[in-house]
Amino acid sequence: MTQLPALVPYDEALSRYEPVIGLETHVELGTVTKMFCGSPAHFGADPNASVCPVCLGLPGSLPVVNRAAIEYTIKIGLALNCSIASWCRFARKNYFYPDMPKDFQISQYDEPLCTDGWLDVLVDETPVRVGIERVHLEEDTGKSLHVGGATGRIHGAEYSLVDYNRAGIPLVEVVTKPVEGTGALAPVVARAYVTELRELLRSLGVSDVRMEEGSLRCDVNTSIAPRGSGTWGTRTETKNVNSLRSVERAVRFEIERQAAVLDTGVRIVQETRHFHEENGSTTAGRSKEEAQDYRYFPEPDLVPVAPAREWVEQIRATLPELPAARRARLQAEWGLSDLDMAALRNADALDLVAETVAAGAPPAEARNWWLGELSRRAHESGTELAALPVTPSQVARVTELVASGSLNAKLARQVLDGVLAGEGSPDEIVAARGLAVVSDDGTLLAAIDEAIAANPEVVEKIRSGKTAAAGVLVGAVMKATRGQADAARVRELILQRLAR
Amino acid sequence: MSPTELTRMTAAELAATIAAGETSAVDVTRAHLDRIDAVDERVHAFLHVARDSALAAARAVDERRGAGEPLGPLAGVPLAVKDVFTTADMPTTCGSRILEGWRPPYESTVTRRLREAGVVVLGKANMDEFAMGSSTENSAFGTSRNPWDLSRVPGGSSGGSSAAVTAFEAPLGIGTDTGGSIRQPAAVCGIVGMKPTYGGSSRYGVVAFASSLDSPGPLARTVLDAALLHEAMSGHDPCDSTSVDAPVPPVVAAARHADVSGLRVGVVTELSGDGYQPGVLARFSEAVELLESLGAKIAEVSCPHFSYGLPAYYLIAPSECSSNLARFDGMRYGLRVGDDGTRSAEEVMSLTRAAGFGPEVKRRIMLGTYALSSGYYDAYYGKAQQVRTLIIRDFEAAFEQVDVLVSPTTPTTAFPIGERADDPMAMYLADLCTIPSDLAGNAALSVPCGLAPEDGLPVGLQIMAPALADDRAYRVGAAVEAALDRRRGHRLLDEANGLGEAKVTGEGEGTRP
Repeated sequence: MTQLPALVPYDEALSRYEPVIGLETHVELGTVTKMFCGSPAHFGADPNASVCPVCLGLPGSLPVVNRAAIEYTIKIGLALNCSIASWCRFARKNYFYPDMPKDFQISQYDEPLCTDGWLDVLVDETPVRVGIERVHLEEDTGKSLHVGGATGRIHGAEYSLVDYNRAGIPLVEVVTKPVEGTGALAPVVARAYVTELRELLRSLGVSDVRMEEGSLRCDVNTSIAPRGSGTWGTRTETKNVNSLRSVERAVRFEIERQAAVLDTGVRIVQETRHFHEENGSTTAGRSKEEAQDYRYFPEPDLVPVAPAREWVEQIRATLPELPAARRARLQAEWGLSDLDMAALRNADALDLVAETVAAGAPPAEARNWWLGELSRRAHESGTELAALPVTPSQVARVTELVASGSLNAKLARQVLDGVLAGEGSPDEIVAARGLAVVSDDGTLLAAIDEAIAANPEVVEKIRSGKTAAAGVLVGAVMKATRGQADAARVRELILQRLAR
Repeated sequence: MSPTELTRMTAAELAATIAAGETSAVDVTRAHLDRIDAVDERVHAFLHVARDSALAAARAVDERRGAGEPLGPLAGVPLAVKDVFTTADMPTTCGSRILEGWRPPYESTVTRRLREAGVVVLGKANMDEFAMGSSTENSAFGTSRNPWDLSRVPGGSSGGSSAAVTAFEAPLGIGTDTGGSIRQPAAVCGIVGMKPTYGGSSRYGVVAFASSLDSPGPLARTVLDAALLHEAMSGHDPCDSTSVDAPVPPVVAAARHADVSGLRVGVVTELSGDGYQPGVLARFSEAVELLESLGAKIAEVSCPHFSYGLPAYYLIAPSECSSNLARFDGMRYGLRVGDDGTRSAEEVMSLTRAAGFGPEVKRRIMLGTYALSSGYYDAYYGKAQQVRTLIIRDFEAAFEQVDVLVSPTTPTTAFPIGERADDPMAMYLADLCTIPSDLAGNAALSVPCGLAPEDGLPVGLQIMAPALADDRAYRVGAAVEAALDRRRGHRLLDEANGLGEAKVTGEGEGTRP
């Protein structure tokens, strides 16, 4: 467990200091091939299987720009209201690290592809405009696995393994302008921004934006300055914050920590910091004040990128409905409250519900299944909702079976159990498990008569007018039919029988 | 035909002889392999001789001919490949310890094209480490010798290729020219060397020294042979983003069209004078007079920024090399030093690079690292790029007045081994005349124009043509070659006597002291 530094309670820190935040988000693009070669860009291959001379940086190999990656980046830039450069270059960022095949990274430096845009995010139903400084394109590095040692970092490791499958996958970096004036909401704004950006990227179809798998990674910059000082403090950069919740916690922690440092009269060191999931703290990494000199210079192996205006306009024409507009439309169509919509977004269930509705389910039912039963299952198994092995159309089919009276709520849950267990489609499970509601009154009446015979004192109560006591008989019938009866129908039949 | 006759033939003659069935590609290859066996101990042109694969490639050509398949204009002709091109069936060392024993898993575009054209790769030729040098003295595997005088350098960095072609070990060689590394060795060996327009031939599979300058090109004993090789190795390559997507200039036709009448030839004022060997200037002046006598119009042209070419080059090339050579860190391939289980990756990288790179490579990596550093970038790399632009403009202005520019290829003839080894600045001056065309990216050819009287060693005439007008340089080169051969009555190389086997001595315009 990391030793926590001195902290100032959040509210107190905010009463004296004003935070400024900035976010740098790395997004792995979902192109078929890598940034500069024909190797496959997807995950899942054996280590060092998705590689070639180019992405291994072998002597003599040369990069060739992947047009799809440029297109995706322009798409992102347009969706973020950026200007698209008519001419820009790649640059080499030079530093030595074993997981970087060439010991330089092809990136963009002072000539990014997209500049100067914005993204509106909703914080407590209030829109906040986050300025976008730049969107640029680069190649990802390989992945090191440091074996032995306490920290999992290279220092102290017994040995390291490097997998270059990730090396050369196109990586887009979205950099915000400094976000000022958010006060105590700074951590929430940071989280809301990443949430909105992630939805935007997903809607563009340019990345699978999985934070836990690292296809979307966040660096969070935080600084604080005394209230009313009119200045900005020295910022720290918390690297690789890999969940939405962590983004919020990282900002909050840094505000509390920096306030404590400044309170003792010490200055903040400009440095990178590591985030620790287990307790939400950050610890010092490399100091930027003794930072490496990356010796950027224009990449001589590539020619400048000069996207034609017509091409950019063609790409603009292909932009889908963006998430904010879509949310507004769906909310109106479904008749949901702001609160309901917020719950759907927080649970990452909006797309699932939309698809379920599209497959024929009533919006309220679709929402209830995904936010209720299925969220509970996801939580229990520790997976994301979308990762559950059930499709929106299967959920829609279940709601249909319930609506037609073929299933009751309890049976419907059992059908979903079957789907989640991989037993097949809802209809197959109904058939295989024999889960249809017992609608044959003859069968029910036999069970009812048994229940009546077995509970004379209950029957007496009912006959004397205490119809609530019928519940005991309903329970007995349901037990006898293993829950496959429609309880309301059973109750109706019991009362009919005893009324005679 | 005797083996000696076969090794003395030009590439064009060999291909014609093979195609006519008067000899076989196997016999031609064997003759050259035997020649290598006989003389390379003294010349040391090759780092690796691929006897079996060469003979197999030759047999394949013979079989295709036997089956009546059409053969390309160089089918069955042997080739020496500078050890900077990746070859999937041979080691590729770049003359460096750090890559000793490395076998690339892929083939360079240029060698792949040549092999597909039936050219027979004899082996890998020596070079200055990572193509940095003008003498092959920077090779980690020994210095190649100049077949005119074994105590002298064959030039560099493509000195192994130039020595092999000059010593009749191969009729053709390929090299790379970054600051003069094809033209300078060709000049000091008395053969033909061409730096094509930048991007005219693919860099894919050429281990990079300075990416924005590296130009693969041919070395040969005649202008026509160089043009045939140029045409076969060139053309657009989708694997090289800087490759020119345009047809290869008609270089072979130009080499056969040795006519300069009416052509405007500019003599570059700045590329002569102090520091040039008198015999070099004498032969150069005669070549200019010869061109005039052949009908060319001669003018003097000033290119005022050429004098800044050398310093600009020694900022740009080292800057790029400092980045290009970073990958040699012992992590993935090649030499690894100090990996004893106690040292960090950084320490192993550092020890590997300290042990694996020679002094000149280290010098340039340090120069380039410094020039790119934050705070110095604008003053060094940035300024050098501005000079580069000025040199490009000098060329543009000059080519408005004349069709080609000429100069000596090198300020001096081949210098003695060891003479400049400890004096980098003196070594760098060997590329004084060749650097401008590398910085500007245009085409430039070196053809022999006689021997310097004071030392009896070859002098090169450089012919610079605009980008994508490579054919113009060949046209002029072919005219000079034909006129000089006619006047001399034999080929210049017949006078080369470093191996004690000159066919002609003490004749022609070059008399030994």
